[in-house]
Amino acid sequence: MRPVDHAEASSRFIEAKEHLEFHDRRLWDLRLKRDRETHGIPEWEELRNLASAIKEHALSHLADYLEEFETKAKSNGAQVHWARDAVEHNQIVYDILSAHGTKTLVKSKSMLTDECDMRPFLETRGIKVVETDLGERIQQLDDEPPSHIVVPAVHKLRADVSEVFVRTIGAEPGNNDVHYLAETMRQNTRPYFLNADAGMVGANFAVAETGSIVVCTNEGNADIGANVPKLLIVCIGIEKIIPKLEHLAVFVRMLSRNALGSPITQYTSHFRAPRPGTELHIVLTDNGRSRRLGMKDFWYSLKCIRCGACMNTCPVYRRSGGLSYGATYSGPIGIIIDPTFDIRKYSHLPFASTLNGSCANVCPVKINIHDQIYKWRQIMAERNQLPLVKKEALRVIGHVLSQPRLFRAAMSATGLALEHLPRFAIYNWLNPWGRQREVPVPPKQTFRSWYLENRKRP
Amino acid sequence: MRVGLFIPCYIDAFYPDVGIATLELLERLGINVGYPLDQTCCGQLLANNGCQKDAAGVEALFVTNFAGFDAIVGPSGSCVYHVRAHLDAIPQTPQVEKVRRNIYELVEFLHDVVKVDAFPWAEFRHKVGLHTSCTMLRKMGAGTASEIDAPFFSKPLDLLRKVRGIEFVTPDRPDECCGFGGSFSVTEEPVSAKMGYDKVEDHHRAGAEYIVSADMSCLMHQKGCAERLGLDIRFIHIAQVLNGSAA
Repeated sequence: MRPVDHAEASSRFIEAKEHLEFHDRRLWDLRLKRDRETHGIPEWEELRNLASAIKEHALSHLADYLEEFETKAKSNGAQVHWARDAVEHNQIVYDILSAHGTKTLVKSKSMLTDECDMRPFLETRGIKVVETDLGERIQQLDDEPPSHIVVPAVHKLRADVSEVFVRTIGAEPGNNDVHYLAETMRQNTRPYFLNADAGMVGANFAVAETGSIVVCTNEGNADIGANVPKLLIVCIGIEKIIPKLEHLAVFVRMLSRNALGSPITQYTSHFRAPRPGTELHIVLTDNGRSRRLGMKDFWYSLKCIRCGACMNTCPVYRRSGGLSYGATYSGPIGIIIDPTFDIRKYSHLPFASTLNGSCANVCPVKINIHDQIYKWRQIMAERNQLPLVKKEALRVIGHVLSQPRLFRAAMSATGLALEHLPRFAIYNWLNPWGRQREVPVPPKQTFRSWYLENRKRP
Repeated sequence: MRVGLFIPCYIDAFYPDVGIATLELLERLGINVGYPLDQTCCGQLLANNGCQKDAAGVEALFVTNFAGFDAIVGPSGSCVYHVRAHLDAIPQTPQVEKVRRNIYELVEFLHDVVKVDAFPWAEFRHKVGLHTSCTMLRKMGAGTASEIDAPFFSKPLDLLRKVRGIEFVTPDRPDECCGFGGSFSVTEEPVSAKMGYDKVEDHHRAGAEYIVSADMSCLMHQKGCAERLGLDIRFIHIAQVLNGSAA
């Protein structure tokens, strides 16, 4: 399999100027809103330390808390399932749905189900799956994956959304009014809510001591989907566990402030037990998480609460768009998670970063994202995932730089080349640099030769 | 105290004036400076590309060149940071540890160690946009990053404020990465160039005549972008300004 070519995809993204500028501005605006909202909380840094410590504790006692969660959830009347990987996850969900004769499933946002590619699995088996989050629905109708974990259609302008709705759900052509578009989507979705046989939600948190799950949303779609049909399935990645309800206070204060710059999500819903006469199924899914937990340098990435702040602050993400990463998770957090799913396919992603570190600074659970990106680069080299030419060039450079005499020779060759080669040859040689930038003009002498002339005593 | 002058490879080759300004500035401040002639590079290029293991020879040479000095000073944040944080492809002998512990980027050396309170020879009558590289800002503590809620401070700004006649302008996104990122500038050329364009245009809109930085590599990239865009904006290393270049 060819690795995802982020650079190539980003160049197409950048070509669409209006989209690029909107995307950059919109996400930077979320960063600024996040700054305003979090800087108003004097104990913000303390909250980050607490959140990180709670997650590290939970992850280092994960098996115990998962079992506690299962016991409590069962005593609440939920049915708990364990899925080792995406295949098991999808099969379990399908088995539950088909046992109930489900024809239509309404679901709210879940990165886990995207990660498992669940929708096509169910749809080829005759179950209609309807995304109910506005952004996710837009992406579903346009047959594209979400480009951002919190705002899935952020790369689309309202005209694009209108075009999708005209094509798929009969919206009026040329009407780009946001209220009209939102209302059109609402009218389209409402019958699905009322007639669906089953609802599905993801989870932001699963509380071990209560066996309850917590869903934070802004549109209310998860709550209708969970409360109207007689069957509710909750899909949870096992890293979502927190030990106690009181810990939730830390995370709920942080999540929406950091994600969208709003104090709290419109809805923070706790689901504990099935309503009378209905069933509640919880699918706890591993899909590579325990393996990641065993990776010395990378297990901290499991602390992620999916706020998306690292994406909003990332100057590369804002200028390349989520789809350019070719993975379920994009942006800085994607770069460090994706290679654990497929090292070859995502081998170029750790290089799609300037290592500027603002991602780690905004992370509410203090994941050292840029350090992990640096470490992934070393691993890509060790596992022979670098392009051969690059690897060989770096080996030679390493040799030259370790021998002062060779280095001097190479330096003078560089200077000569830059002075005497015609412009087009230089630009071919330093190809990517010169495409949109001027090449520095080499000076008459190096610092070293100046030093020898001016400072070195005979 | 005897200081070893570390002139990173790209400054040696392309920006000798930055090396000269650094040396002269340290000498003006009465510091005893030596320049090891066998120095090449810190190995950052290899390490940032994942090939730190191939840099073992480079790292060993670096330590051999600089182990004899009380302090090592270089006019480039990311190179100094690389030695301090990542020079570990070779066994960590007391000599290696000493080099890693005693290396300083020029601004932090002037600000934290020498604690310079005046540059009486320095005058720079221009509108300046300050660019603090991400490495210095977010990894070396040269200032506060905008995403962190902490009282504002900036070591390079503290030093530049002591220069007569200098005026500062502030771009909309003062600490957004400029997109250089080492080999990122060629492997991710489309995004890198776009980031560079956005950076220099932001400074230009704010009215900067000069962009001043302690990291010449960021400036090399930004200068290349500004020239291609035809923007009337110039670039100068902080060592040159502090050393009294009037530009």
